[in-house]
Amino acid sequence: MGLLSDPNRRRALISLLTRLNSPICVVCYMAGVAWFMGLAFEPFTLRTYMSENAMGSTMVEERFPAGERALTTGREFSAHKKKAGGMPVDWLVKTMQARGLEVFTQRFSRKLPFPDENKERYMVKGTNVYGILRAPRAPRTEALVLSAPCTPGDSNNQAVGLLLGLAQYFRNQIYWAKDIIFLVNEHDLIGMQACITFSPDSCRGGSIQAALSLELSSDVITSMDLVLEGLNGQLPNLDLANLFYAFCQKIGVLCTIQGKLQRNDWDSVSGYSHSVQTMMLMVMKQASGRPWGDHGLFLRYHIEAASIKGINSFRQYKTDVTTIGRLLEGMYRKLNNLLERLHQSYFFYLMPSLSHFVSIGYYMPAFGLLAVILLLRALDLWVQLATPPPRTEDGITDKEQVSSPGVLSVLTPLVISHLTGVALYTLPIQFQEMAVEQFPVSETEAVVLTAIGVYTAGLALPHNTHRLLSGEGTEQGWRVLKLVAVLYLAVLLGCTALINFSLGFILALTLVPVAAFVTPHVPKVLSAFILVILSPACTLLFSVFFFQELQELPVSFQEGWLLYLSVISQGILDHFLYGSLVYPLIALLVYPCWLLFWNILFWK
Amino acid sequence: IFFFYSIHLLHTADNAGQFFSSGHTNNWAVLVCTSRFWFNYRHVANTLSVYRSVKRLGIPDSHIVLMLADDMACNHRNPKPATVFSHKNMELNVYGDDVEVDYRGYEVTVENFLRVLTGRLPPSTPRSKRLLSDDRSNILIYLTGHGGNGFLKFQDSEEISNVELADAFEQMWQKRRYNELLFIIDTCQGASMYERFYSPNLMALASSQVGEDSLSHQPDLAIGVHLMDRYTFYLLEFLEDIHPASKTNMNDLFKVCPKSQCVSTPGHRTDLFLRDPGSVLITDFFGSVRKVEITMETINLTDPIKQVEQRKYSYVDQLPVSEIIHQKPKQKDWHPPDGFILGLWTLILLVFFKLYGMKHLKHIF
Repeated sequence: MGLLSDPNRRRALISLLTRLNSPICVVCYMAGVAWFMGLAFEPFTLRTYMSENAMGSTMVEERFPAGERALTTGREFSAHKKKAGGMPVDWLVKTMQARGLEVFTQRFSRKLPFPDENKERYMVKGTNVYGILRAPRAPRTEALVLSAPCTPGDSNNQAVGLLLGLAQYFRNQIYWAKDIIFLVNEHDLIGMQACITFSPDSCRGGSIQAALSLELSSDVITSMDLVLEGLNGQLPNLDLANLFYAFCQKIGVLCTIQGKLQRNDWDSVSGYSHSVQTMMLMVMKQASGRPWGDHGLFLRYHIEAASIKGINSFRQYKTDVTTIGRLLEGMYRKLNNLLERLHQSYFFYLMPSLSHFVSIGYYMPAFGLLAVILLLRALDLWVQLATPPPRTEDGITDKEQVSSPGVLSVLTPLVISHLTGVALYTLPIQFQEMAVEQFPVSETEAVVLTAIGVYTAGLALPHNTHRLLSGEGTEQGWRVLKLVAVLYLAVLLGCTALINFSLGFILALTLVPVAAFVTPHVPKVLSAFILVILSPACTLLFSVFFFQELQELPVSFQEGWLLYLSVISQGILDHFLYGSLVYPLIALLVYPCWLLFWNILFWK
Repeated sequence: IFFFYSIHLLHTADNAGQFFSSGHTNNWAVLVCTSRFWFNYRHVANTLSVYRSVKRLGIPDSHIVLMLADDMACNHRNPKPATVFSHKNMELNVYGDDVEVDYRGYEVTVENFLRVLTGRLPPSTPRSKRLLSDDRSNILIYLTGHGGNGFLKFQDSEEISNVELADAFEQMWQKRRYNELLFIIDTCQGASMYERFYSPNLMALASSQVGEDSLSHQPDLAIGVHLMDRYTFYLLEFLEDIHPASKTNMNDLFKVCPKSQCVSTPGHRTDLFLRDPGSVLITDFFGSVRKVEITMETINLTDPIKQVEQRKYSYVDQLPVSEIIHQKPKQKDWHPPDGFILGLWTLILLVFFKLYGMKHLKHIF
């Protein structure tokens, strides 16, 4: 007889499962967290290497000469920007045409659902200017993009200057096999969104193979930072990061990721904690689901894109604009050799440093260990539901009684939780006008405070639901509800982790203990407190503080709270402007799931 | 019927003896580059360097079948269009202005290559795409590209194996399409491609042994790719010193690119070749030498021409191959005899059941 069909053996297994359930869950949780922390340990990571054959062994001597002229162009751009009070469209068009590019402009306007206080805009109107350098001998089937944002004030002038300088240099070469699109976008991401979505056939070039966004605000730099995280935590192909790293080493420019320098002492505690910090920064940025550079919106369309930022700090060794130009020239010549889209290297990875990476095969088991806890709990509940309670004397009638309240007492909390979720998703935007009339707050604050209000109101639900429901909840009832909730959470977290591992993992870290240990029989006050601490909103609050700590810019509680409110408003705006999925996921799916556990805690 | 003639001379002029020693009357060359894509620039440059040498030494375009799988000279990424360089700093443009490519681009396939060798082409094929050799032709075959143990990759999608190649040469031998054949291959593990040859009068050279990679020579920093492979680079240097009247022989060719320069170990195979390699001139294969010698002396051929060999051969067995060739015994891995393995497993099963009893038998079946 097989292992599972032999009743003796089955009983033995099941008793093992129920006896050891809690210890196994705790061990799995510890193992999952330990595995995740171990990912940053250098012997467990792999060195990055170039996977694409076409970009591998080709090497050129970069010859870009015109750094100084690029800076002068940048200064002209800044002057015209001040005079025009925004994007100097005519000057840009004239300059690009003088360099021999085919110039197009694109006007766009967008009304945000509520004013954005961070960037102080509500009705956004702007123009994007892009010039296409046609490949001299190739058909117009493929393109590369180099973009620089036009930001108000004194920033990014050098970026636009370098972009124009490179355009002039590239125009004089005959070895381009792809069109190169030089884009200057206004209002950063909103402009980029307009450019990508509204103009037909991707900005009138051929299909875009790669895109780089450049941010440079000083005449000299000390290091270059690479930003990879895009919308919804999507990352470009690792080959793009490998390309950047290879050129940094070749040209001798200091390169960083997450703003952190590389260290060689992986066996010391401080070296290891440095890697952990870098990796946690990447995890936080990926989990937030927002695009962290202008490149973030390209990734949805299978266009590998990254942002390169020039940083000027207090180091002694400075790199001038000519060297940066040479680095970009080298990268574009290698991208020129591509025959297909970048697809040879990994699309899902974490980088504890610029030269090491962890692929999905290595980091997924950490999440798997956490998900196993949910499955163990579900099995335990299934077993408890299947075996009749030992206290019944009159076996038959009691069994009938315990099975009947099943469906209704489970369905009601489910429906009400999801309705609350829908309310959390729709009400803040809908009722911001009413809130502004009633209370002396601005629209943004109104939206955020309504969201928090709806969230807290959901906490009062269990008492109200039970008053509505006739009949009392039963032992079997909460078990069935918990089984459904645990499986629902497992599926939800699993799907989230597949798309955005960081978000799934962070939610799992806080929600899995909640799911595992909540029952109506634990001490109410203490567990209510713990449940609120581990709810998605508080996780977000702690993440905000943690993120600031990782960046070595710790904030006080006041500033942290204000930052938290702005993070919520940014999340809502990201969803309505660019289609970020974090806010609907949390409001419509994760929050109702958490409410189900809250219901179970207060089950009577 | 195939006769050997031996001519007795009254003079002590060895020149006359050597004059008719090679036995060929025309030369052909089949030069194949099997890789495409810009980063395989060096394979096209390899083939074009050999083409250049062969043309310079006298073989005309009508006797050269040049197969190039991709067009590097007019590739959009070439900063010097219409050129293919073999030395860095652009010293030598092997593309020139009189290159005639017979099979280009996607026409370079295994099928076309084998059809060219065996002569089985459709009637509409133009003469420039045919190998119109006869039984007195010396043929040079040069292959380059990416290869492995026993195969050569064509165009990123198919392969030719060493067995196919050996069979194609046997077909050529049986159809009397060559007198002598020199086979040169510059790929990784190139020596595996000539391991299976079994037809007579084949001499083979390869740039690396089995298990070794053939390395590329030098990158050009303006063009951005490796320009040549090492073996062919040194081969080209060697051939640049050869002129139509050179007396250099094959033993010098075997010394081209020793391990110190090539990193891989070049190999050669001469056991199927009837003549001594030391007496084979380079120009027998690389050049097209008209054998003309002007003499003012009279030669008296007093003795009648005698048939030296009396044996008559059937069409197929023109040369008793098995008598000539000593094949290397195939290295087979030693396996224990089958009966032994069966007995061993029976013993293990019996011991198991004895120890644990027969009741476990039902669990297995």
